[in-house]
Amino acid sequence: MLALLPFLTYAQVSVKHFLVVSAVLFGIGLAIALSKRNAVMVLMGIEIMLNAVNLTLVAFARFAQSAQPIAGQVFVIFIITVAAAEAAVALALIVSVYRNRGTIDVDKIDLLRF
Amino acid sequence: MSGFGPVFSFYVLSALVIGAALMVMLARSIIRAVLFLVLMFVGLAALFVLLTADFVAVAQLLVYAGAIGVLIIFSILLTPQREMRGMETRFLAPGVLAGLAIMGIGIGVAVYTSWPVRGGNGFATTVGAIGDALLNRYALPFEIASVLLVAAMVAAIVLVRGRGVDEEREPTAIPPSLVRRER
Repeated sequence: MLALLPFLTYAQVSVKHFLVVSAVLFGIGLAIALSKRNAVMVLMGIEIMLNAVNLTLVAFARFAQSAQPIAGQVFVIFIITVAAAEAAVALALIVSVYRNRGTIDVDKIDLLRF
Repeated sequence: MSGFGPVFSFYVLSALVIGAALMVMLARSIIRAVLFLVLMFVGLAALFVLLTADFVAVAQLLVYAGAIGVLIIFSILLTPQREMRGMETRFLAPGVLAGLAIMGIGIGVAVYTSWPVRGGNGFATTVGAIGDALLNRYALPFEIASVLLVAAMVAAIVLVRGRGVDEEREPTAIPPSLVRRER
């Protein structure tokens, strides 16, 4: 652990590091959203993907050359707003589907109307 | 961004966030998955602080770690417990492959692009600038967002509301040919 100290003292963290973390998070979120059976887990994967995009925007607001660097953070505020609305409606839909069908397995929710 | 503190914080927080996201994928119980998701939200808020985005970090804590986490736990408690195990559908392998592909493309683009980087130490404070931008340059999206929030609130209430006394009726019968047998 002490051998890492010189590396950590002279190392740089740039926008690329944050973008790599964001790409990894987005991939994990996509895998969760595509492969889980429970509708709530699908929603959680979507939330992870939204957070990965938020990290990208904040990293660019911090590092990128721009006339208005604060715009990235304003976008993040809007994304958080829309994500909150989306989560509320999606969870209400899940509860409603469970009341009508008795399941929230996305493999079994396969009727357009009944 | 250099020096011991920021670099060390970046690597620790990144490991925390990615590990928590992986545990959301791997946790066998959905309640544990939600708790790891909240841990990932908190770690991301710390990363936002590292990126000198103080207002966004507080909003992340309030909205994601607070509100959305509680909302997801509520919806889990309102839905059946028997679906908490064996949670992968048959698309597990294609889903993981698609995730890995997107991950590889993103890492490649991030590493091999020469981003025009600005020097300096980031923002001293962002609250004033964000407020100014929201009320001047982005005033119309701001108002649209408020309308969207009202619409979402009304929609959520209407969707989960039980049937009232005056509109009590029998649920529509599902034709037996369309009902899938429980395995």
